[in-house]
Amino acid sequence: MQLDYFILIDRILDLNIEAKTIVVEAQVPPTHTIFEGHFPGFPIMPGVLLTEAMAQSCGWLLLGVMKFERMPFLAMIKEAKMRGFVSPGQLLTIEAKIEHEGSGFAVTSAKARVGKELKCSAEITFRLIPFPDPAFRVHMDAVANKIGFPLQAMPHD
Amino acid sequence: MSSTFDQIANIIAETCDIPRDTITPESHAIDDLGIDSLDFLDIAFAIDKAFGIKMPLEKWTQEVNDGKATTEQYFVLKNLAARIDELVAAKNASPGA
Repeated sequence: MQLDYFILIDRILDLNIEAKTIVVEAQVPPTHTIFEGHFPGFPIMPGVLLTEAMAQSCGWLLLGVMKFERMPFLAMIKEAKMRGFVSPGQLLTIEAKIEHEGSGFAVTSAKARVGKELKCSAEITFRLIPFPDPAFRVHMDAVANKIGFPLQAMPHD
Repeated sequence: MSSTFDQIANIIAETCDIPRDTITPESHAIDDLGIDSLDFLDIAFAIDKAFGIKMPLEKWTQEVNDGKATTEQYFVLKNLAARIDELVAAKNASPGA
């Protein structure tokens, strides 16, 4: 995770365009100033960041399914459940899938685990909007390469 | 079996916490019921699921923005129900439906 840049996903392990599923890894850093305040003597990942990590996982899945033609923007979070603490240094495995593709929006769901233990889950809705700026798209391409976005799912233009 | 309008009205009432008896076929989803675009995403999701369709919200919005249609044609509930019935009929008439 690059918490300072709000890039919470480290690696894409599997992206299945046909099944509309993705599996990613997110390594929680062993130290960070966030843990100094959250909480002193009991450092844990904030639930909002776990939710963001799930949202980013769903976002990469949608980018793959839409072949980077649109950018998913967070619109709605439902049933966000923090089921267990996530500590510094732990490795999150996040699975996400598309529940529904609507007109200009998509509903997804995600589950994050440490080992086999389910730590959090949510249903997350996105608005799907054409990239508002070419530089934004270029940036997303660069991040996609960095986290191992499967080449066959990348656009060829 | 309840009518398309009744199903839509029930979805709106539940999704937006609007008293069911205030929702009529003449209600305009935006102007009368005050449903915003985010709530309408939720409603669209529920309608898509309930009827097995994909409401073409972007196409409708574009038509309104281009002056080719009015919001009343899509967002007055009796008209929305008619559009949904058309979408369901088209789906059932398509090969493989």
